Amino acid sequence: MKPAPFEYHRAYTPKEVTELLLELGEDAKILAGGQSLVPMMNFRLARPTALVDINPVSGLDYIRRDGDVLRVGALTRHRSVELSTEPDVHNGFSVLPGAARWIGHFPIRSRGTVGGSIAHADPTAEWCLLARLYDAEIVVLGEHGTRTVPSDEWFTGFLTTAALPGELVLETRFRRPRRHGTLLEYARRRGDFAIAAVAVAFDITDNRCHDVSMVLGGVANEPLRVPEAEAYLEGAEPGERAWAEAARLAAEAVTPGTGPDDGDHGYRRHLVGTLARRALAEAQAGPAGPRPRGGAS
Amino acid sequence: MLRGAATFVEDIPRPHAHHLAFVRSPVAAGRIAGIGTEDARAVPGVLAVVTAADLGHPSLTAVLERDEFVPTSMPLLAHDRVRYAGEPVVAVVAESRYVAEDAAERVWCDIEECDPVLSLADAASTPVHPEAPDGVLVDLQMFADDLLDESLARAPLVLEETFRSGRVTAAPMEARACLAEWRDRDEQLVLHCSTQVPHQVRTGVAQALGIAERQVRVVAPDVGGGFGLKCVVGREEVVAAAVAARWRVPVRWTEDRQENLTAAFHGHEQEYRVRAGFDAEGRFVGVDADIVCSVGAYSAYPFSCGVEPLMAATELPGVYKVGRYAARARGVATNKPPTAPYRGVSRPQIVLVMERLLDKAARRLGIDRVEIRRRNTIAPHEFPYTGPNGITYEPGSYLEALERCVREVTDAGWWERRAGGDGLRRGIGLVNFSERTAYGTATMGLRRMQMTPGFDVSHVRMDASGDVVVTSGTCGHGQGHETTFAQIVADRLGIRPERVKLRQGDTDLVSFGWGTWGSRSLVIGGGAAAVAARTLAGRLKAIAGELLEVGPGDIELADGYARVRGVPEARVAVEEIAATVHFRSHTLSRHHDQLLEARGAADPPGMFSNAAHAALVEVDPGTGDARVVDYLVVEDCGVVVNPTVVDGQVRGGVAQGIAAALYEELTYSPEGQPLAGTFMDYLVPTASEIPPVAVHHLQTPCELTETGAKGMGEGGTIGAPAAVLAALNDALRDCEADLDHIPVRPADILRVLTTGTRTEREDTA
Ligand SMILES: Cc1cc2nc3c(=O)[nH]c(=O)nc-3n(C[C@H](O)[C@H](O)[C@H](O)COP(=O)(O)OP(=O)(O)OC[C@H]3O[C@@H](n4cnc5c(N)ncnc54)[C@H](O)[C@@H]3O)c2cc1C
Repeated sequence: MKPAPFEYHRAYTPKEVTELLLELGEDAKILAGGQSLVPMMNFRLARPTALVDINPVSGLDYIRRDGDVLRVGALTRHRSVELSTEPDVHNGFSVLPGAARWIGHFPIRSRGTVGGSIAHADPTAEWCLLARLYDAEIVVLGEHGTRTVPSDEWFTGFLTTAALPGELVLETRFRRPRRHGTLLEYARRRGDFAIAAVAVAFDITDNRCHDVSMVLGGVANEPLRVPEAEAYLEGAEPGERAWAEAARLAAEAVTPGTGPDDGDHGYRRHLVGTLARRALAEAQAGPAGPRPRGGAS
Repeated sequence: MLRGAATFVEDIPRPHAHHLAFVRSPVAAGRIAGIGTEDARAVPGVLAVVTAADLGHPSLTAVLERDEFVPTSMPLLAHDRVRYAGEPVVAVVAESRYVAEDAAERVWCDIEECDPVLSLADAASTPVHPEAPDGVLVDLQMFADDLLDESLARAPLVLEETFRSGRVTAAPMEARACLAEWRDRDEQLVLHCSTQVPHQVRTGVAQALGIAERQVRVVAPDVGGGFGLKCVVGREEVVAAAVAARWRVPVRWTEDRQENLTAAFHGHEQEYRVRAGFDAEGRFVGVDADIVCSVGAYSAYPFSCGVEPLMAATELPGVYKVGRYAARARGVATNKPPTAPYRGVSRPQIVLVMERLLDKAARRLGIDRVEIRRRNTIAPHEFPYTGPNGITYEPGSYLEALERCVREVTDAGWWERRAGGDGLRRGIGLVNFSERTAYGTATMGLRRMQMTPGFDVSHVRMDASGDVVVTSGTCGHGQGHETTFAQIVADRLGIRPERVKLRQGDTDLVSFGWGTWGSRSLVIGGGAAAVAARTLAGRLKAIAGELLEVGPGDIELADGYARVRGVPEARVAVEEIAATVHFRSHTLSRHHDQLLEARGAADPPGMFSNAAHAALVEVDPGTGDARVVDYLVVEDCGVVVNPTVVDGQVRGGVAQGIAAALYEELTYSPEGQPLAGTFMDYLVPTASEIPPVAVHHLQTPCELTETGAKGMGEGGTIGAPAAVLAALNDALRDCEADLDHIPVRPADILRVLTTGTRTEREDTA
């Protein structure tokens, strides 16, 4: 479990990162928190010829509110989001700090970055789910300057994104804040990647649901939106009946062949139904906080 | 240890040591058609690329001297065939592990793959070893009873059940590791090795390399856990020794976690088909068991692959009177890594089998599950009790432990918690069992191993300042022997335990020993130390008697003094005696050229600890999640030398048992590829998954041992799977189907929840 030989470079500005990547060629990789890349290198599943360490780059570690947009810098550690309590920052995005608690263990959260997670694009990663939930835009810097990619175009398959070779993720912009939101997931041990996860966000006005998003994790090669459930809930009266029907639609979205390892899709389907129902009920009850796994109370 | 001052093999500085990396078989079964090492040799920094042929085809062979056993050898490196994915084929020796792994990638192995054997069902199709065409390495038919069938036929209730347990591994915090060096000065190979059995490693290395035992010195420094994984000799360690001896360079091998999970030793993959007859009152009339252990590809040295089948067949009845009994136990070779005696060795399974049988019978007959246990348990007046398995059980507190456990659970309000009402299901599991410990030569001899362990020796010596060093042939690896052995010796010498230091784990320092496993150390090693300390105490008394002008019988040793009984002012400090013997021997009437040294040995037959366990589990029907939320143990290991140490063993053991019941399993693809190669897939539970474990002690002093203690290192692991499984079935008490296997996964629970319901039986004690 030792990596194949590689060169190591440090970069101090975003521009330096892209220049180095250009110079080092396609087999060079960015090193952020290293919590996904380094294990893969140790198993020799990833064999970059060179690493560009972006940890010294300043100005990429922030959580900022700009009107309806929550901007999270690429080098923001999971732990920073978990600990951030500014109501002004999180108003409408309160699910973020709670969701961060589900990520791995303390050392992983202290080191791993939001940008790294978005770039790595694991279909159960919390930030990837939330990027889809909040129709995030991903801001990347390449050799020809910055561009912005909507999240529904960003995730293009298992651990693959729309990023071009040599591009650096600068920022994730979460949009469409909503009052109600929750991310619930189930893993057998605390801190593991979820077997399945469900994230929901919506507003309630005049006792009707509006602006509903629902995303499933762990059931497809990328975070999966459930338009059927979203459409059904749009204008529906919040409550157990609506939640049960939406959960049924969510479970139905879990089909054989959509899972990363599909041996257990029947189980995943059941799990998604449970998690969706509980997530909707919990989101209705109020903004999310820490809770036991599986969401059972 | 907690201050970071421990020295593990990796902590021994040898900046110029070479490092080993192994090229391992990528397939589960196949014939090696060719191996190419040229490219690897060409990598800068590589010293050697070693195949079996380069070493002269050495092997390790573990044998049971029984007709029912087929001897097979485990080559240090595979040469003609590979028998599991992960089997070492080539060793690369290089200046660093990085370079060694780079070079290992450049070795090519041409392997003609064949269909793997993964279970008994396909064992005969392509036998793993040609010597055993049916795939069975050991086939034991024990305690045949002509009347068993008849008794079962007449029994009012006969259960025919199948129970399974998954393949697991010990996963010690420190994986295997060694550092091999050749010392020209002594013409000796020094092997620092993370092992539980230094002397057996010495023998294995000497035999495999064809050198004398004296030429091998094995040192076990601090060892970060073993649990049986390190009580057998690993082929990688012997390869390291062979390389060091041949190339005369220091060489290290440190197993990484992937190797540890996929290519070290496993255990506990077993299936039981059992017929059990009961009378109308729920008493056993007979048990007939057909047991299959998947022992993996090789018979591990020195204990052989007979360990699991022998243990299972011999000890299945446990604390119960089963009437008539017969068992067949087979060890089947499969294309998976070999098995070692992992903590518990078949007893987690046999306890699970017996306890499930009783819970099922109780339910079928409408008897309370505590009551059915009362009726079947060996009662106090029946000791010593000899069972149909030929074992004689010395006194234990079987019934008392059960009753106490039920009382504690009731007092703790578990039955109210079980009632639930919040959408979660809850269940209580109650199990009662014994744990045979400290198997001596008499018991081990019955197994007919070519190498029969049992006794152990100890040496106690006091220096001129009155401090004591005790050596033992046992080899603790995290159990706190430093503390307990010091207590035992200090007690007998009347000095403080801080003045006693344990030395162990060095074959040049300790004349011989069988190491630490099978809950033997405190009883056998500690017993030997007690004998030696007693002899030394006698010598101290004799000298003190002379100095104080009384007979030795009038001297007592206490508080660091030898003093005249009844006249505490008449005393001489132990330091004074020590100094006199060493430096002023001429002042004594007799010349003490033997100094203050004594040897002791112990070899008890083996004795049974016992315990009752209770588990409270919560099941979430929405997710299938099961978690153990509370756990309680009432245990009896005779005289408790150190309650903190005992509690630690119990709690760690329970955690491993919960792991086996709910989390851990080494799964394989149909092609025989390991699917659990990291701790992301092999679910070792964390502190979040393990509940508080309350431990209560009963003490039935053991008459067979020096200290009155019985062994107890494995009981936690033995009882917990059965307790958790019983609790799960209790949580699902209104469901039609039963859970009779471990580990139980969420999907299994959901399956049972959808199988239909039956009337709930109210069960309170
Ligand atoms: C035991 C364990 C458990 C875990 N559990 C979870 C979990 O439950 N949920 C979860 O979401 N994650 C989990 N993780 C992963 C963790 O969150 C990682 O931190 C995260 O996936 C990647 O972030 P990183 O900063 O560590 O990226 P790195 O590992 O450094 O990089 C990951 C990939 O992204 C690329 N990259 C990184 N930053 C950028 C950037 N700014 N621009 C472009 N490309 C970039 C790298 O080149 C690499 O390909 C777990 C990890 C471990 C080891």
